[in-house]
Amino acid sequence: MSNKLIYLDNNATTPTDPRVVETMVPYFYNFPGNAASRSHPFGWQAEEAVDYAREQIASLINVDSKEIIFTSGATESDNLALKGVFEMYQRKGNHIITLETEHKAVLDSCKKIEKMGGQVTYLKVQRDGLVNLEELEAAIKDNTILVSIMWANNETGVIQPMEEIGKICAKKGVLFMSDATQAVGKIPVDPKAVGVHLMAFTAHKMYGPKGVGALFVNRKNPRVKVTSQMDGGGHERGMRSGTLNVPGIVGFGKAAEIAKNEMAQDAERLSKLRDRLEEGFLNSLEEIYVNGNTQHRMPHVTNISFKHVEGEGLMMTFNQNIAVSSGSACTSASLEPSYVLIALGLGDDLAHSSIRFSLGRFTTEEEIDITLDMLRKGVNHMRDLSPIWEMYKEGIDLESVQWTEH
Amino acid sequence: MAYSEKVLEHFKNPKNVGTLDKSKSNVGTGLVGAPECGDVMRLQIEVDEITGMIKDAKFKTFGCGSAIASSSLATEWLKGKSIDEALTIDNMDIVEELALPPVKIHCSVLAEDAIRSAIKDYKTKNNLVEAQTK
Repeated sequence: MSNKLIYLDNNATTPTDPRVVETMVPYFYNFPGNAASRSHPFGWQAEEAVDYAREQIASLINVDSKEIIFTSGATESDNLALKGVFEMYQRKGNHIITLETEHKAVLDSCKKIEKMGGQVTYLKVQRDGLVNLEELEAAIKDNTILVSIMWANNETGVIQPMEEIGKICAKKGVLFMSDATQAVGKIPVDPKAVGVHLMAFTAHKMYGPKGVGALFVNRKNPRVKVTSQMDGGGHERGMRSGTLNVPGIVGFGKAAEIAKNEMAQDAERLSKLRDRLEEGFLNSLEEIYVNGNTQHRMPHVTNISFKHVEGEGLMMTFNQNIAVSSGSACTSASLEPSYVLIALGLGDDLAHSSIRFSLGRFTTEEEIDITLDMLRKGVNHMRDLSPIWEMYKEGIDLESVQWTEH
Repeated sequence: MAYSEKVLEHFKNPKNVGTLDKSKSNVGTGLVGAPECGDVMRLQIEVDEITGMIKDAKFKTFGCGSAIASSSLATEWLKGKSIDEALTIDNMDIVEELALPPVKIHCSVLAEDAIRSAIKDYKTKNNLVEAQTK
């Protein structure tokens, strides 16, 4: 990565840690075997490497290595968990509960399940992004088979009360699945301790390579099974066929090992940098809003609305130098602001004004200070250009203005 | 998405940013769009009462780079035109000049709306008959 480019979009993907890449390289050249080849050393070496990585990953989340199913990424894991449970547990019921703020991999899988004859309840979240536990409990019906709630949100970093949700699911006797893509490797994640039975996650959000993910499937008390969505050679205990991505899995394992060792220090350092960024804005600019619960939140994420400034335009003032993500999807044909922020009860105007900063292992204090400086200049530039800012400054009630919707 | 050089130039150095005195009878103000939609444009024209030509134009825009560039360009084009000439500015002219991609065409439409709205305001203030618009 070029020195002058500052990368604060680690929730989209993380750069691969050089230590991970080093571990992967021999599995392209020296050990090119197929882990399913049982009849020669190439296959044995590959299988051994996969087994070792499986142990590393299982150890990170404190589960048995037999409970790890390798996939192509978290999207596939989400699809496998949701559709796989829906098909496997049809006789028990057809109702699934999830949140409006889930990732599209969960929401779109649920939409597909509805087409397949399932029922899905999409729960609203509270203003801080957290699930309402009473509403969750009340939504569980006799035919409910699964509750799917993400561990930490990709846009806001808000962490759900996993333990409490797990207790409700246990009490009601339904399975609990979690998309933990943003949480694994960054904060302690122990699915068994909180009663999660299925959990999707991926390597490339924790400094591993892209194209490899995993699904944790609980094996004992209860023994959970999912119907395969990819059929073929019966790999991964029949739940996910397809030749294993050996170099990717080796890298995933190494990334998990590093995360386990360095997570605490990374989290502490990044939360300080994140707070420095957030406080820097709050202390120097007016009309700044931090979105989502700030107590139950990932250490490296902040989602900020710069009121009366449009997010995509703001990004244009610095995106030659700083990479972030906007809650305004003005680039897409839909012109829709972020559905996650809308679900938090933000008005469309605040949602259009939001920027997500996601820090990572390689973020430095100097980069945060440069970001603060460039963003302040950008916000001031955009506010000088903004008729809404001018009206706000004149004391005009923007709610009372007759806008022309287009 | 990559922006064209012309959009970037207008965005970095927007022309005619500012506010005209909307209480003056020879100033027409158009405010179009909505914060909820992510675009609000305010475009103003000042008409020379003797010659009937637009002698100044100013804008402020809340929106993406293409929206800002579209309104900046519109003010450039408006200056020195008569009201009737100004009404001939078509959004597709803006699209072409700025090389806007299809997802940004609405920005040029908004700029055209802002021009028409400012002219309408000027005409209403001065009891002029609304000319035939396309």
